[in-house]
Amino acid sequence: MARLSIIVIERDRARALRIVDGLSASGDHAITVISEPTGLARRIAEQSPDIVLIDVADPSRDVLEELALISGPMERPVAMFVDRSDEQLTRAAIESGVSAYVVDGLHPDRIKPILDAAIARFHLFQKMRAELAATRAALEERKIIDRAKAILMKARGIDEEAAYALLRKTAMDQNRRMADIAQQLVMAAGLLT
Amino acid sequence: MSMASLRLGYVPLTDAAPLIIAQELGFAAEEGLALKLIRLQSWAQSRDLLGLGGIDAAHMLVPLPIAQSLGLGPAYPPFDLVMVLSVGGQAICVSTALAQAMRGKGHGFGFGDPLAARAALAAVAPDSLRVGVPFPFSTQAELVRRWLDGNALAAGLSIHTVPPPQMADALASGEVDAFCVGEPWASYAVERGAGALVLAGRAIWASPPEKGLVLTRDFAEGRPEETGRLMRAVWRACRWLDRAENRATAAEILSRPEYLNLPTELSERGLMDRLHVSATGEVREYPGFVRFHAGAANFPWRSLAALLARRIARLHGLDEVRAMQVAMGCFRTDLYRHHLRTAGADLPGASVRIEGGMVHPTAVASEKGQMILGPDAFFDGETFEPPFALR
Repeated sequence: MARLSIIVIERDRARALRIVDGLSASGDHAITVISEPTGLARRIAEQSPDIVLIDVADPSRDVLEELALISGPMERPVAMFVDRSDEQLTRAAIESGVSAYVVDGLHPDRIKPILDAAIARFHLFQKMRAELAATRAALEERKIIDRAKAILMKARGIDEEAAYALLRKTAMDQNRRMADIAQQLVMAAGLLT
Repeated sequence: MSMASLRLGYVPLTDAAPLIIAQELGFAAEEGLALKLIRLQSWAQSRDLLGLGGIDAAHMLVPLPIAQSLGLGPAYPPFDLVMVLSVGGQAICVSTALAQAMRGKGHGFGFGDPLAARAALAAVAPDSLRVGVPFPFSTQAELVRRWLDGNALAAGLSIHTVPPPQMADALASGEVDAFCVGEPWASYAVERGAGALVLAGRAIWASPPEKGLVLTRDFAEGRPEETGRLMRAVWRACRWLDRAENRATAAEILSRPEYLNLPTELSERGLMDRLHVSATGEVREYPGFVRFHAGAANFPWRSLAALLARRIARLHGLDEVRAMQVAMGCFRTDLYRHHLRTAGADLPGASVRIEGGMVHPTAVASEKGQMILGPDAFFDGETFEPPFALR
């Protein structure tokens, strides 16, 4: 697993140490402990961690809610650990979305798999979002190419097939993507009319 | 009647009183309920526990179930607000530095004049004003935005979430310049010398719904017997709380270590309508600072849901009409009518009203003849009516 940047929000020093130990045992991660609620939002934004660990009952959770809203849900996985290990609650939380619940620092061996689950889920969402963005981009490109074809057909009195061939040939000659050529053509046509 | 046990989540604030009083003074027991009151530390925790089945009902910020219904939270089963628990109870507090500068310009800290307070603040405030609220979806956020909308201060306004018990520290450390919070946390900041109170929430909006009783729709519809018992117990506690002679007792009970764990004197201020606006003990009387029952305060008007949803939709780029429609569906006037009629609650003829329309207490048609609604005007004179009605 790649090196992770982790923020642990925990006021109790002893407990924070136990959690850090548990995390360190699972790999070489960059771990920052924040014990003061002051400036929390700013510090998290500055560090842009891969994951934030916070007690499910910590009042500062509402600050994280605001961060999640600003950055868009799922931009950053927020994991939480709880005092009492409630397996059902943990599972339900992980399945439901924004937050994963990680069991107490007294059982460091249990932090790892749940941390993995939280991050895997995060990456899954990220992948889904990337795929969605790629699909959207492809659709946009097709629209641009269609417009460029229409411009060529009108300006040069050629049919659609010939317009497409011309775009493709220009792209190959210049070693550029067809969508880029189409984009330039559409922009230039816009300037000329 | 068998004793049923319900788990109720609350966040330590004066307006958790209806749940605490329902249990402590036996209104719950009268309905055959034993309430297990669970003190929570954040609204996110309250939402998560309700969504995941860790509690059966919650004392919750009125806009929170609305935001959930609009998909602005984790994917939990739908939440319903079955009754409003409190109206008002918020105060706006500015830092000691700003307060001194405002005094320097002759501001008298009257606590009830939004225009004077805003002008005094605008004269001394930094270009970028940072204001703390307890949660992104809160009545406090609505009040602050409304107060500063259209004013020069709005351009540089940024709103930050700060948990209520940390408001005093955030103000003292300069993390925020001002905040809007429910009692006793505004008085707590004053007592700590972190700031001075400039305005009651009710001065901005005469009838701002603050907390509601929120259940999952599955519970509210699937367990009607317990839902009804809970609503009646809490409704009677609200009625008890709005008798002036009971407020001192309420303050004493709320302040106990297992609830707010603060000196009684602090929660008394909001409950007895006597706020200290500064640490030097300048007292301002604000009649009806917080209401739990009077003026049909408990009725979950669907127009309130629409009004709050409109702002949330605008801020988050959602379709306004659709947002209003969805939000109105989670304010359960139908359950309120069904379960509280037998307890003797007077019920209005309509479930939607024109918000902001009343400057004075006004009588409207109800099942028992007439009911008196409290004033609900906005200081900016806006009136709001949802574009459609739902019974």
